[in-house]
Amino acid sequence: MSSPYVPNVDADRQEMLKAIGVSTVDELFKDVPKKFLNAEFKLPPPLSELELKEKLRQIASKNVNTEEYACFLGAGFYQHFIPSVIHHVTGRSEFYTAYTPYQAEASQGTLQSIYEYQSMICQLTGMEISNASMYECGSAAAEAALMACRITKRNKVVVLSTVNPRYYEVISTYTREHGIELERVDAASAVKLGQDYACLIVQYPTFLGYFEDLGSSVQTAHESGALLVAIASPFALAMYKSPGSYGADIVVGEGQALGNPMSFGGPGLGFFACRNEYLRQMPGRLVGKTVDSDGQPGFVLTISTREQHIKRERATSNICTNEGLVALATMVYIATLGEQGLRHVAELCYHKAHYAEKELSKLKGYSSAFNKPFFNEFVLRCPREPRLINEALFEQKIIGGLDISNIIPNGMLICVTEVNTKADIDRLVKAAARF
Amino acid sequence: MRHHYVLPDISKPGKIGCSLPALDVPASDLPSKDALRQDLALPQVSEVELIRYFTDLSRLNYGLDTGFYPLGSCTMKYNPKLHEDVAVLSGFTSVHPYQPDKSVQGALQLMFELQGLLTEITGMNMTSLSPMGGAQGELANILMLKAYFRDKKDLKRKRILVPDTAHGTNPATAAMCGFEITAVPSDADGNLDLEKLKSMLNDEVIAITLTMPTTLGLFDPHIEEINQLVHKCGALLCGDGANLNSLIGKVKFGDMGFDCVQLNLHKTFSTPHGGGGPGSGPVCVKEHLADFLPSPIVAKQGDAYTFMTPSKSVGRLGSAYGNFGVIVKAYAYILSLGAAGMKQVSENAVINANYIKEKLKDSYYLPYDRTCMHEVIFAEKWQKAVGISTMDVAKRLLDYGFHPPTVYFPLVVEGALMIEPTETESKETLDAFIEAMKTIAKEAKENPDILHSAPHNTPVKRLDEVAAARKPDLRWKMTK
Repeated sequence: MSSPYVPNVDADRQEMLKAIGVSTVDELFKDVPKKFLNAEFKLPPPLSELELKEKLRQIASKNVNTEEYACFLGAGFYQHFIPSVIHHVTGRSEFYTAYTPYQAEASQGTLQSIYEYQSMICQLTGMEISNASMYECGSAAAEAALMACRITKRNKVVVLSTVNPRYYEVISTYTREHGIELERVDAASAVKLGQDYACLIVQYPTFLGYFEDLGSSVQTAHESGALLVAIASPFALAMYKSPGSYGADIVVGEGQALGNPMSFGGPGLGFFACRNEYLRQMPGRLVGKTVDSDGQPGFVLTISTREQHIKRERATSNICTNEGLVALATMVYIATLGEQGLRHVAELCYHKAHYAEKELSKLKGYSSAFNKPFFNEFVLRCPREPRLINEALFEQKIIGGLDISNIIPNGMLICVTEVNTKADIDRLVKAAARF
Repeated sequence: MRHHYVLPDISKPGKIGCSLPALDVPASDLPSKDALRQDLALPQVSEVELIRYFTDLSRLNYGLDTGFYPLGSCTMKYNPKLHEDVAVLSGFTSVHPYQPDKSVQGALQLMFELQGLLTEITGMNMTSLSPMGGAQGELANILMLKAYFRDKKDLKRKRILVPDTAHGTNPATAAMCGFEITAVPSDADGNLDLEKLKSMLNDEVIAITLTMPTTLGLFDPHIEEINQLVHKCGALLCGDGANLNSLIGKVKFGDMGFDCVQLNLHKTFSTPHGGGGPGSGPVCVKEHLADFLPSPIVAKQGDAYTFMTPSKSVGRLGSAYGNFGVIVKAYAYILSLGAAGMKQVSENAVINANYIKEKLKDSYYLPYDRTCMHEVIFAEKWQKAVGISTMDVAKRLLDYGFHPPTVYFPLVVEGALMIEPTETESKETLDAFIEAMKTIAKEAKENPDILHSAPHNTPVKRLDEVAAARKPDLRWKMTK
């Protein structure tokens, strides 16, 4: 039987080979040295659609999913409710089976969607311009560091220790071979930046959930001529003052929380916004509005002379494929909730997290690690190793918080969102009380 | 049909696109006013208006499901619907990346098995799935090369050779890792100029990045000699797997002497492009580079799967483990094909491209008149003579209902028109496309104006890109 994805049958192949003027397929591979041709491939025998679906269903069922377990993990990836509108839009194959919109006349749907996306990211972050997306938050932060080095022509980058350690690792991977010195310091107030620092990277709110004074970080950076890069949590931006309003120069973040499933950590979405003056140093794609030959409005990829396909080794980044469909989902999500819905969900997260924090801190042996304002994540000091507590919670169909005992003794980073019901939170408190 | 508005134009205070739950816990005090924002303005639109808006937008798009999409070098093959269905199982989507290993054994098993499958398909020894796009896979490769030579205390290698036909991502990536880049020219047949290559190779060269088949759609018959020359000077052969679709099930990168190669699951392995991602760019390496792979990779210990960091890893490329949702689709694709099905893919891709080449070579100038692999490149030479450019041809194709091929790439071919049909197109579709291309070649001579003013049947006419760049309008603004 022929493959459903390869429409030409043997008769077609024969006819085409004849038209080409050869008698066997291998004549078309004549440039390949014979000893390499028709290698042996040890692959499992093909499965039918029926068998394959069953196999994948079985594999998926070996994972514990957050629809069956209450989940209190965050740290960059968040479980939020996703309205049906989102996947009905992203599920339209005109969107998901299109390529990067190089041919503008055939891609106005994608292009206009990216323009809407860029606009919304600017509104959320309080910045002037946004690109079309990066892979995820860590690499977006790394690209921000590289961009700050280009702009300032300096080569030292400081990251506050309250930035997610995973982001720090990615920044380190990207900057290591670039002749950039990377430092990690404890608090912005303690930082004394010299004149050779390109940027200070902070997280808003921090990896540990609480807020640091973004205004003073901006001041610290600007006093030495460095840029301030803020890694922002998108839901916090629905409620708290934007990094732009504090004077941040580049704002990046993880957009997964806005309408995308966690999907074991990918695909995510690195959003990337900055001041207008840095436009020509930005990495990634940009969509702009223009007119067609009849004077009608339309959209195109623009300012491409920064990019690898034109500038090659002098490009601002090597990024090509980014996270187009995730950006679409994110934009549709923001549009679906609107300013009121987004604020409402942010406040649900805030109140539920604070309720959980109060109830858990009341338990004997537990306490909140920091007496500082937080949004929807907080560090709980536990009476025992968080690993042991999490194992017990797991038995109760609860996925506990992130074990950060390597940073805070017996510390557990707990995240609460609108999908965690009061009943879930009470169950968590009750189960935790046994220690 | 054409949209003349954006979301703020249909926004009205009080509208919303979904219903949301009420608070079910006692409210806490909100933070102080000076911490909160009052300036957030976003569109407010009802569900029905949103759906109509986005349905309209989608109809302005041309996707693979709309029709033939012969975008050279992008491998726009059909994306099986089955993949979309299995990738959204809640056991895949509703899983947090930091859950304990024992609760994600299915995901780890799938990743472990896919590592093995891709290792076998490329003829390498080990694979990391963590790069999230082809360019990030390239970055992983170059970082590994640098770490490998540093580990060997061979510190004088500071230059990377990149063929002049390569994708822009190759030199851009090498520059991100602080290398000097030297372009290796191609010879008159479209192969790497071996004499030039020899003169460039010395103990300061770390590697050559080689796309095979090349971006000219040609298999370089001197691959063995290139391999020997490069390794003889102590450098490595770094593969770009962008064009793997002509080799899968047929030829292995490892057999040809490549030390590492990055793949594009969103090309060869049929995961959709999504209008520009998400992609996935796994890297497959030989034994000597395995310890340097980006973190993490999945290992099997007894019956259990677990993440591990290779001993000399170049580090993390993202905060999780790569684009898992894409990885699921590629896994499904490989299992649906098997070895024989995979061979059918590359063979049909190559037959289709050569068929187009043969049928169109009397209408369009063929700069390299030899058997091609999965794509064929024509040049604008003959049309230019009558004042028609490659862009005119591309835009006119839209009027005939086809997505245009890749244009003006590779840069070494003047006015390149790069056609990659892939294996998922029928002879009937190819014949219709060939017919349209022939008609356009005829129109170029007899009625050039209709090409200059093309496209005519699209939602917008030719757009003013110069104006877009001169006065950038990159967003709308809303205020409270």
